[in-house]
Amino acid sequence: MSGLDVTPYLKKPSRDAFGLALLELAAEDERIVAVTADVPESVRMQRFRELYPQRFFNFGIAEQNMMSAAAGLAREDKIPYVSTFAIFAALRAAEQARTDIAYPNLPARICVSHSGISLGQGGPTHHSLEDVAIYRLMPNMTVIVPADALAVALWMRAARDLIGPLYLRLSRAPEPTVYAEETPFRIGKARWLRRGDNLAILACGASVGYSLQAADLLAEKGIQATVVDMASIKPLDREVVIACAKTGAMLTVEEHSIIGGLGSAVAETLAESGNTVRFKRLGIPDVFTLAAPYPDLLATYKLDASGIAFHASALIQ
Amino acid sequence: MTSPVKILELKKTSLKIRETIIRLSEAHAFGLHLGGSLSLAEILTALYFSVAQVDPRNPKWSQRDRIVLSKGHGNVGLLVTLALRGFFPVQALETFNQLGSHFTMHADAQVPGVEHSAGSLGHGLSVAVGMALAGKMDSQAWRVYCLLGDGEAMEGSVWEAIMSAAHFGLANLMAILDRNRLTQEGTTAETMELEPLAEKCRAFGWHTLEVDGHDIEALLEAFNAPPHGRPKMIIASTFKAHGVPSHENKIKSHFAHLTAEQATAALEILEAERARLPDE
Repeated sequence: MSGLDVTPYLKKPSRDAFGLALLELAAEDERIVAVTADVPESVRMQRFRELYPQRFFNFGIAEQNMMSAAAGLAREDKIPYVSTFAIFAALRAAEQARTDIAYPNLPARICVSHSGISLGQGGPTHHSLEDVAIYRLMPNMTVIVPADALAVALWMRAARDLIGPLYLRLSRAPEPTVYAEETPFRIGKARWLRRGDNLAILACGASVGYSLQAADLLAEKGIQATVVDMASIKPLDREVVIACAKTGAMLTVEEHSIIGGLGSAVAETLAESGNTVRFKRLGIPDVFTLAAPYPDLLATYKLDASGIAFHASALIQ
Repeated sequence: MTSPVKILELKKTSLKIRETIIRLSEAHAFGLHLGGSLSLAEILTALYFSVAQVDPRNPKWSQRDRIVLSKGHGNVGLLVTLALRGFFPVQALETFNQLGSHFTMHADAQVPGVEHSAGSLGHGLSVAVGMALAGKMDSQAWRVYCLLGDGEAMEGSVWEAIMSAAHFGLANLMAILDRNRLTQEGTTAETMELEPLAEKCRAFGWHTLEVDGHDIEALLEAFNAPPHGRPKMIIASTFKAHGVPSHENKIKSHFAHLTAEQATAALEILEAERARLPDE
């Protein structure tokens, strides 16, 4: 696919990119409807609502009903883009997504915002640190965690004709820019961003950009790091994971619990491959998070550039 | 008005559905959802043999009415009805609950004629709302019917769905609530009081009717009543395992296996009922 004007996407939070990309897709496909639960502004569906009032459905503060109704719309040849805060889609409506959408393999696109700790001050009730684990468990579900705003637009295009359901994880906060030009993405394929022999950093979401920054810091100390964008968490790019093992040290980075997310997916693949490497999962440890501004939380949980560089250095010492 | 001949035919059909459920229950020592399938017999008859437009030879016919069994444990009733309506041979139900069969304990959309898989309660009406929204936005003539259990109405999501159907003005949606007053392990009154159920549905903006769920004529009248521009709720008073003396209106009927004696007793009553129907 080509012809995407990348300018509007640069330096935007991924939720803004979602709203823009949704408009582009909706203009091309009348089957697309937008579905939310009281938060059209927060998930950037306002413009869609203005342009396509007949294709927009606000279910109010009732996520379970929203998710199953999206299944009903999908059963009738609509392609629902469902969006609310990640925590509510992931946990409140998890069974509806599993049984009503994933089981019948319906083409719903569950595009959730405010994921991870991106609504920092919101605290544990609004932090979403279990969602990737939960959606990764569902057969038929594709799980994508884009690195930045442009990546959101590109992944939404890559997944446009997906037969089954999609879980697309968006952030409230602007991610560091990783992609500044159109890049072909394929579901199930990871993307090499930087090559280095000392260790490999495998990241998803905002952590990709911070990992690239960390790689710069590491280079200053003479440590050469590979950085890979693992946005496609399910299906996972096994070949790339195994190729990364050649460095002898692997660090996974994600704004998610270290249980069940990217780190777990990589660990499972590694263990079954028979490769032995020094390995660490960096993410939110098995605790309920603090409430604080997002940058403070990134620093606290060592998910910013210096935190990632610290753990990378420690891993290869 | 439905003709007396048609009513008679429908009564015979409902007896055939009952008979087939009873025989399946006798054949399956593991047990099946007897009570909540038999409570649906007349409702399913009215829907599939009179009210709803369906085509057994073309289950995905685009103009069909959509029927969502939300109380997925009523699946034996649904499967028997679909078989007798011609979606697949009754004989095929011999594979019920066997490895590889889609004829399972709970409704599965891999079976021709089953619109959506259900089993976990409180999902189906929301799915039906989504279908009705799609139909409404495309100005389709087809309607959406949803079969709810009364115990199911203890799930909060059912009320989210009820609220949203009224909000979206879904006059193309109708729900039939099987008011058999029993859950898996108790009465609805002692488990979680649902009353005043009809008043609640009216307060939530639905055109609400209450009928005897074992009376075909009353059901047809309710189905055919105008919805007054709103979603319609039919609260159908029924008895679990209706027509099976050993189990009727008993908690144990929820999941049961009928012994040969119990099945014979039920079939004798059924034959007597059939004999009482006038000749055509």
